Amino acid sequence: MKLLADYMWVVLFMGLGMLFVFGGYITSWLIRPSKPSSKKLFTYECGEVPVGSSWVQFNIRYYLFALIFVIFDVEVAFLFPWAVVFKELGLVAFVEMMIFMAILLVGLLYAWRKGILKWM
Amino acid sequence: MQLLFDTQQLVNNIQHWLAGTCELYHLPPCLVVTCIAIAVALALIGGFISVNAMMVVLAERKIAGYMQDRLGPMRVGPYGILQTAADAVKLLLKENIVPKIADKWVFFLAPVVVMSPAVMAYVVLPWSPGLIVCDLNLGVVYLMAVGSIGVIGIIMAGWSSGNKYSLLGGIRSSAQIVSYELAMSLAVIGVLMLAGSLKMSDIIGAQQDCWYIIKQPLAFILFIIAATAECNRAPFDLPEAESELIAGFHTEYGGIKFAMFFLAEYANMFVASAVCATLFLGGWNGIPGLPMILPPIVWFLLKTYLIVFLFIWFRWTYPRIRVDQLMGFGWKVLLPLAFLNIGLTGLVMVLI
Repeated sequence: MKLLADYMWVVLFMGLGMLFVFGGYITSWLIRPSKPSSKKLFTYECGEVPVGSSWVQFNIRYYLFALIFVIFDVEVAFLFPWAVVFKELGLVAFVEMMIFMAILLVGLLYAWRKGILKWM
Repeated sequence: MQLLFDTQQLVNNIQHWLAGTCELYHLPPCLVVTCIAIAVALALIGGFISVNAMMVVLAERKIAGYMQDRLGPMRVGPYGILQTAADAVKLLLKENIVPKIADKWVFFLAPVVVMSPAVMAYVVLPWSPGLIVCDLNLGVVYLMAVGSIGVIGIIMAGWSSGNKYSLLGGIRSSAQIVSYELAMSLAVIGVLMLAGSLKMSDIIGAQQDCWYIIKQPLAFILFIIAATAECNRAPFDLPEAESELIAGFHTEYGGIKFAMFFLAEYANMFVASAVCATLFLGGWNGIPGLPMILPPIVWFLLKTYLIVFLFIWFRWTYPRIRVDQLMGFGWKVLLPLAFLNIGLTGLVMVLI
């Protein structure tokens, strides 16, 4: 019950964030002018008429970075509980986590050597 | 005045008084107290976010002015102090323009997805003993989790605008934020190892004798750098680099929708500074070994605004870095250093 009450605040604050945005939208909608014209509705491309589709291809590297990120983020998720109880666990836990981290760092080094971390 | 020092007592007194009043009018006490508490907390935090954003924007422009040997805004109000209020009114009064080829719903909802997590982070900010909206026992993890949602809104904004610059800005921003988020979470791990808790109040309690900036200087530096990048602030403001991407993901946004991105940016900056002050500068604690001359809430705000000033200082001191330098720096410098910090902290703790 205590837990539920705690997370009620999280939901309430999410609501507050939405209130900010929608409150702003509504206030603005009530007081702003509206004089639409077709020229205004073009997207901005340095003052020219936009050329081609806007959903262009982008570099595959973004995807590779996302992939490495997921791996390390999962590791961070493991590190959080380990860090909290580290004082009680002592040496054994330290060695174990260092081995785990070393394995992941070898992966990072491999990616580094392969040139994935190099931005072009 | 005394009550400001002992906020725990203050909160208890108020609850006691409310419960007493409810009894007097034969109301179900629990319900009324909760409702009033909710209303007050939401109003206070909501007001704080708006006022803080206005103040920091003005401070930023003034500081920028003085750093560049000019005066900054001077026209609206004495010394220009009403400038940001005027800006807010201007943004409210601007016409709503949605590009013809934009994805209307996503375009409309992107500011919500950016703003909501920024506000949600305020749940766990520890202002003063007892004065914390809700001291979640997952504190730090919650902050990290909420902090990473905002990037979805940025991608939504970039993708839905139907503008090539926006798309590239949004994608770039997401790549940057995920890269630096890792370094940030790993820097925090060192502090958690020392504190042995994720709760904000416990972490502050553990720093009564010695702030963690002394025990974890490397983590502090890593955290500051990563937080600057997380907030998309110069020198890491590549997603909105004017010289290459116009305004990045919010090129097509104007008026109130743009104001929301702006508000969220400053709300996030305050959160990042407050977290930094809590984890490394002792939060509401005074300087160890000296008597508490100021109330805890003043200490907290003092430290937080010191870090905010640091962010502003960075912005007007360093030139923007290139995108390849940005990713290289995050993955090849910050990440290994963060791992090194965890290893060293663990080693010292095991040996001693």
